[in-house]
Amino acid sequence: MSIVTVQLGQCGNQIGHEVFSALYSDIRGTHGLCSKNENQSYQDSCKERFFCEEESAVPVARAVLVDMEPKVISQALSMAASSGHWRYSSHSHFCQKQGSGNNWANGYCVHGPRHKEAIMNLVQKEAERCDRLGGFFTIMSMAGGTGSGLGAFVTQCLRDAFPTSFILNHIIWPYGTGEVIVQNYNSVLTLSHLYHSSDALLVHENDVIHKICAQLMNIKQISFRDVNQVIAHQLGSVFQPTHPAGGGSGYSRNPLGDLMETLVPHPEFRMLGLRNIPQMPESSLPYSTFSWPGLLKHLRQMLIANAQMEEGIDWQVRPPQPGSSIPSTNKPLHFNTSIANLLILRGKDVHSVDLGSFQDPSLYTSWLNPQDAFNAWKTPRAFNKYEKSAALVSNSQFLLKPLDSIVGKAWNMFASKAYLHQYTKFGIQEEDFLDCFTTLEQVISSYTNL
Amino acid sequence: VVSLPFAVGQCGNQVGCRFWDLALREHAAVNKKGIYDEALSSFFRNVDTRSGDNGPDIYKGKICSLKARALLIDMEEGVVNEILQGPLRDVFDSKQLITDVSGSGNNWAVGHKIYGCQYRENIVEKLRKTAEHCDCLQCFFIIHSMGGGTGSGLGTFVLNLLEEEFPEVYRFVTSVYPSGEDDVITSPYNSVLAMKELNEHADCVLPIENESLFEIVNKIHQMINSGKLGSTVKQNSLVTWSAGSAKTLPEKPFDAMNNIIANLLLNLTSSARFEGSLNMDLNEISMNLVPFPRLHYLVSSLTPLYTLADVNVPSRRLDQMFSDAFSRDHQLIQADPKHSLYLACALLVRGNVQVSDLRRNIERLKPSLHFVSWNQEGWKTGLCSVPPVGHSHSLLALANNTCVKPTFIELKDRFMKLYKKKAHLHHYLQIDGMEQSCFSEAIASLSDLIEEYNELDATKGGPRIDPSRLKIAV
Repeated sequence: MSIVTVQLGQCGNQIGHEVFSALYSDIRGTHGLCSKNENQSYQDSCKERFFCEEESAVPVARAVLVDMEPKVISQALSMAASSGHWRYSSHSHFCQKQGSGNNWANGYCVHGPRHKEAIMNLVQKEAERCDRLGGFFTIMSMAGGTGSGLGAFVTQCLRDAFPTSFILNHIIWPYGTGEVIVQNYNSVLTLSHLYHSSDALLVHENDVIHKICAQLMNIKQISFRDVNQVIAHQLGSVFQPTHPAGGGSGYSRNPLGDLMETLVPHPEFRMLGLRNIPQMPESSLPYSTFSWPGLLKHLRQMLIANAQMEEGIDWQVRPPQPGSSIPSTNKPLHFNTSIANLLILRGKDVHSVDLGSFQDPSLYTSWLNPQDAFNAWKTPRAFNKYEKSAALVSNSQFLLKPLDSIVGKAWNMFASKAYLHQYTKFGIQEEDFLDCFTTLEQVISSYTNL
Repeated sequence: VVSLPFAVGQCGNQVGCRFWDLALREHAAVNKKGIYDEALSSFFRNVDTRSGDNGPDIYKGKICSLKARALLIDMEEGVVNEILQGPLRDVFDSKQLITDVSGSGNNWAVGHKIYGCQYRENIVEKLRKTAEHCDCLQCFFIIHSMGGGTGSGLGTFVLNLLEEEFPEVYRFVTSVYPSGEDDVITSPYNSVLAMKELNEHADCVLPIENESLFEIVNKIHQMINSGKLGSTVKQNSLVTWSAGSAKTLPEKPFDAMNNIIANLLLNLTSSARFEGSLNMDLNEISMNLVPFPRLHYLVSSLTPLYTLADVNVPSRRLDQMFSDAFSRDHQLIQADPKHSLYLACALLVRGNVQVSDLRRNIERLKPSLHFVSWNQEGWKTGLCSVPPVGHSHSLLALANNTCVKPTFIELKDRFMKLYKKKAHLHHYLQIDGMEQSCFSEAIASLSDLIEEYNELDATKGGPRIDPSRLKIAV
């Protein structure tokens, strides 16, 4: 099954380009560490998912590029083409000239309706190029105007036009301290709207990735390109082909569907966080050895203690003792309770890994069996030169604090009515804001009371 | 995306002239292949002049003849004529000029009421023609001074006109405010009358004071002549340097100061013209820096003022650039943002600077700055890959800060000194359409604005009480 990626706004298009590059470079690489057949199967599966093969030409990414100004798309198209290995279709992009001015209302109320037909035509064409459509993957930032506002509108259109398809929104949460002053308003508007039309929200936070770049990747002068490449690596580790949970010889045919099924048992809980281990500069890889027990031990503690990377983990945090009748509200506040977890393991000796520690009932809420709450996908084919790598996609309280912080800051600004005139002039009124705040306070409350 | 500058009046046109000169230089440095590209199209049309001046526009391909997208308006001919005889003569054509002969006599009412009325049709028609050639018109820039008659009066008339005819296009105004020692006695009247228009019809105003420009020019002179660092300064990196003609002709007295303003405008529009990892368009500046409609006065600072010739710039120097942007002597008005209250702040960085440099410096400087309680993280940032000519990196800071208040208070005081005695009032009141109420309304508008800043200042340093959040029934 194929996935159609919709890249929205500057962030979405910059990241999208890095994702396709990472996916393709992984399958081209000779570090698969597995049998030739396995490798071939992996390559074919990846290509089917993300690229459209044309005879005697380089593969074309299954993507629609949307932006309200031309410079970024132009760059993405030319960078892909100059790689010589894959490219974007020359007919799959839509752009305008003047941007959205960081204004969610402009993106949603003005650009959305105005350009709906043109954009959905491109999506339709791309969907038709798929033998079997596995769903949509949208990439956007929630801080600006296009990715956020137009992105929310397009997601709704996707839902209306493809009611039975899966929609996964990949959302970038901005740095806490300003990239955009009205980022918290834009974020609140985006998240509340997406909650109604998307199947799941997969989140990356700039602050977190920045730390990874600084402390794990040892990059001195971190650029957005560096950040985007780490994000692309993490996404690749989730979306590259894997064997399904139940075993079976072929690669999973329905990645998005499987993801939703394992991770989103209840519509109130749609926020997914992502952790990946190990992360290090490519130059260090030849000198490092990894053991599955070691990797999983770290990853489990990262989950429990809500650590953002494998350094600086708080090992003091423990799940509550089984058998003691502590009601859920008495759980230690810094213990991260999960609804569902998905572990994706790639590389050497995958099938011998002991996953018992992730099936511990104390990690989870009481309303699902740990067998249902936890799933693992594996492939012996190594990813992106890491001999062993593990990705954890988690529906848990990972994002509770950041979400609460964003809503708090937005509310603080809303109470003073600052910047509201910028939104009302394009059609978003105070009542609309209040509805959005209500939706998100509800989500916060739900996750808090796990 | 197109920005359309209007230069109105003597000051406006002198600055405008510097702007076009430096814009050409900037694009020439970047555009090596001579192909007409998106960046150039922001400010210039590409005209096929082989068959004469009225040739068609060429949208792609080689550069034939670049024409500035601009309107030059002056009620005296001196400055505009000089431009048309100088090295920029081929960049403009007669369809972009609106001139008269007798000037406005330093009288806002003459500029606004008399010439406004008289030239309205003409301006609208030329405006429409110019706009027709634009693929996507995003922003108008008005460049003028506040203290005279044409720039101030006719300039604000044009501002009104733009709002009526093109309500969706942003209106940015670069206004040179008169100093206390201004030799035009009626400059306070002209400025306050103009301020009312700016309050009501501009999206963003960038106030500039000559004293600040003068101090920056002096600082550079001293540094060059000091002998210590002077010999290693890259001449073409000076924020006060004129391109092209500077070597052969003596510089005109205000050229150095006007170059600073021209550089301000180039930096402001750089991210819209050139690519970068975090683009910042003009509509984003308006969105992020104007929390309430009337509080749209932005204090600007440009750094660095020059580059030393050594090529490798350690990050310490980079950090110095950020520190300087907040120092009193880099601001383009007499103001000290560090000791007043920030409503919002934008940093537009050009050149080899990455997001981590930006973040490090924001973290470093934040503790010493006061932000209003509802905008504690009020930073808007942009990264443009292309640096200005002669620099490896540069920074433009725009602050919506209560430090503009003293400038307005002084203006009000100077106005009241004259107004109380009704000095020179008759020159204004005898103009058709002018009444006493124009003055009382104008000063009321300014007073209200000052009061808004006072209320904000009163919150500075006070206890921070966050409003309670919505409660959800569990």
